[in-house]
Amino acid sequence: MGKTLFEKVWEKHSIDLSGNPSAPPQEENKNLIYIDLHLVHEVTSPQAFDGLRLANRKIRRPDLTFATMDHNVPTKDRDKPVKDQISAKQMEYLAKNCKEFGVTLYDLNDFNQGIVHVIGPELGLTLPGKTIVCGDSHTSTHGAFGALAFGIGTSEVEHVMATQCLVQTRPKTMRVNFKGSLKPGIYAKDMVLALIGKIGTAGATGYVIEYAGEAIEKLSMEGRMTICNMSIEAGARAGMIAPDAKTFEYIKGKEYSPTGENWEKAVSYWKTLVTDADAVFDTEVEIDCNQLTPQVTWGTSPGMVQGIHTELPNPSSAPDDVTAGSWKKALEYMDLEAGLKISDIKLDKVFIGSCTNSRIEDLRVAASVIKGRKKADSIKLAMVVPGSHRIKQQAEAEGLDKIFTEAGFEWREPGCSMCLAMNDDVLEPGERCASTSNRNFEGRQGRGGRTYLVSPAMASLAAIHGHFVDATQEVTV
Amino acid sequence: MKEFKNLISSAAPLDAANVDTDQIIPKNFLKRIERTGFGQFLFYEWRFDMQGKENPEFVLNKKEFKDAKILLARDNFGCGSSREHAPWALQDYGFTVIIAPSFADIFYNNCFQNGILPIVLSSKNVDALFQHTLANPSAQYEIDLPSQKVISKDNSALQFSFEIRAALKEKLLKGLDDIGWTLQFANEIEHYEKNLQISFN
Repeated sequence: MGKTLFEKVWEKHSIDLSGNPSAPPQEENKNLIYIDLHLVHEVTSPQAFDGLRLANRKIRRPDLTFATMDHNVPTKDRDKPVKDQISAKQMEYLAKNCKEFGVTLYDLNDFNQGIVHVIGPELGLTLPGKTIVCGDSHTSTHGAFGALAFGIGTSEVEHVMATQCLVQTRPKTMRVNFKGSLKPGIYAKDMVLALIGKIGTAGATGYVIEYAGEAIEKLSMEGRMTICNMSIEAGARAGMIAPDAKTFEYIKGKEYSPTGENWEKAVSYWKTLVTDADAVFDTEVEIDCNQLTPQVTWGTSPGMVQGIHTELPNPSSAPDDVTAGSWKKALEYMDLEAGLKISDIKLDKVFIGSCTNSRIEDLRVAASVIKGRKKADSIKLAMVVPGSHRIKQQAEAEGLDKIFTEAGFEWREPGCSMCLAMNDDVLEPGERCASTSNRNFEGRQGRGGRTYLVSPAMASLAAIHGHFVDATQEVTV
Repeated sequence: MKEFKNLISSAAPLDAANVDTDQIIPKNFLKRIERTGFGQFLFYEWRFDMQGKENPEFVLNKKEFKDAKILLARDNFGCGSSREHAPWALQDYGFTVIIAPSFADIFYNNCFQNGILPIVLSSKNVDALFQHTLANPSAQYEIDLPSQKVISKDNSALQFSFEIRAALKEKLLKGLDDIGWTLQFANEIEHYEKNLQISFN
C-alpha cells in the first residue's frame, strides 16, 4: 500500500530506538521524532531557557534554532523605547537568552523581524519535508510547503532545545478535498472557514490534515499558508499540502534555501513528497468550492461561521443542548439577536494582519478593492499590519501603503498586533471588529471586544461600508 | 515533575463547551517570564468584572466550589493557543484533574508535562457527573489513576472507568520528565544526525 505525504515525512523523522533496551513497546505509540527547525519567540520561551539553565543543559542544535520577536512588539513608534515595561522585559530576556545559548535572533530592529510564521518561509528556513515546531499553535502554517509543522507547549520547547527531538504519538490522517474552483471574491480564508464550519473546531482533533484538490492546486503559496494556518482551529495537529512547482518557485533564491547542485538534489527529493495514488487516509472530507460564498464568523468560536447572505442562528434550533447553550452564550457576548442578517452587523474597527492574512497577496487584494475610496466615518480605526519588513517594503514599492492611507487606514510596523492584542493594539469593550486573523474567542482582541473573522477583501470592504458586504459583488478578477 | 496517583476532592462544574486557552489565561498575563504565580489570573475575565471585583455568578467564585481540585468541563476543553500558561494557571489555582468528553490536542499534552490528569469520559457520563455535582455541590469523587477510575463517594452507582495511554499513565504515576527519558537515546539521536538527517546545505 502506498503512503501519504504525512507518513513519508513522519517515517523519515522517526528515530529508530529498537536497538536500545529502554525502547518503548510499539503498542505504546510513543515515538521519538527528530525536529529539523525550531522557531522561537518571546512569549513561550523564557521558562524553557530557564529550565535549560537550571539543569545545566545546552541547546543541542542552535544552528537549527531561530528566534524573533512578534507577539508583544509595538506596531508604531518603533524608534522610541517600548512603552510597556513588562513586554520590554520579555523581549530583553529573549535577546539575553539567545546570546547566551547561541541562537540566531531577528530582534525588533532587524530587517528579518516579523511574525514568526511569515518570516520562516520568507527566509527559506521553511522547506518541504522538514519537521518544524514552535511554541505557537499556528506553526501549522508551514505545512503549506509540505513540511510537518505543529505548535508545542513550553515544556516541549525546552525538550526540543535539549534534545532536538519530540516525544509524539502518531496522529491519524485526514484528507480534505477542495473540489471545484473559486469565484472571484472568494479566497483561501473562505475555504478554511467553511471547512471549520462543516467539521467543527474539534473535527480534526487527533489528525494531521492533507489539503488537496483542484482548488488547492490553483492556490498561491500565500493562500495555502492561510489554509494550513487555521488547521488548528479545526483541532488538527497539523495541516499539509504537497509541494509542487509553485512551492519550488517560492523557495528558490531565499536566504537559507539550497543552491546550485544542492538545489537540484533537493527538488528531486521534494518531488517524492506526494501522497501515493493507492494510499489510504483514516478519513476524508469534501468541500465544493463552486458553492462557497464569503464566510463571516458571528460568534465566539471559529466554528460559528456562516455565509454573508445568512441570518444569525436561533439557539432553539440547535442540534443539542450543549450547542444551544454555546450559541446563546455567544449571542449574548456578541450582543446580537438571533435572526439578524450578517450584513446588518455594524462594525467599529477593521484589522488586516496576523499570521493568517498579512502577506503581500493579502495586502494586494485588500488594497485593490478600496482603491480611491474612503473608509466609512463610523469605522473608528482601520489598521493594516504587514507580517514582516519584507512584505512592508514590497507593499510600499507597489504603492499599496498609499492606497490604504488615502482611504483612511493606518499603515503599521510588522507584528502579531491585534490578532491577540498583547501589545497596545486592543479593542475597547463592546467594539466590533472585522478581522483577518484566526480566532474570535471572547476577549481575544481585547476584553469585551467582538471579533468577526473574514478574508482580507471582506475586511477591507467592511471598512468602506461600515458593515459586511458580499466581496463577490465587488471583485471581478 | 510532581507525580499523580490519586485524589479525593469535590468538583467544580464549568458548563461550557470549547473553553479556549485565551479564557483559561488571558494574554495580558503571558508577559511574565516565570512558570509560577498564574493561578490568580485563571479564567480572569470570567472570574472578575472590569473593576477587578469577583463575579458572584461564575462557578469558581461560588463558596461551595472554592476548594474543588477536579474541574468538570465540556467538549474540546483547552482549544486554541498552545500556551502552557493555561495548565500552569489551572495547577497553581489548585486543579489537578480535569474531566471532559474531549480535549484539544496541545492542551492535553501540556497537562501531562505538569502533573495534571485530563480524563476523557463519554458526554453521557460527564453529564451524569455534572448533574450529580449540581445537585450535591459538596459531593466527593475519588480519582484513582492506577485503576483508571472515577468513583463517587456518596453514590456507588456513579462509577466510571477511563482510558489513558500507558506511556502517559506511567509518566504521571512516576512524575517522569520527558527530557530525561529522551536523553537515554542520545546515541540513537546522534546516529540519526550523522547518517539520516536531511540537509541540503
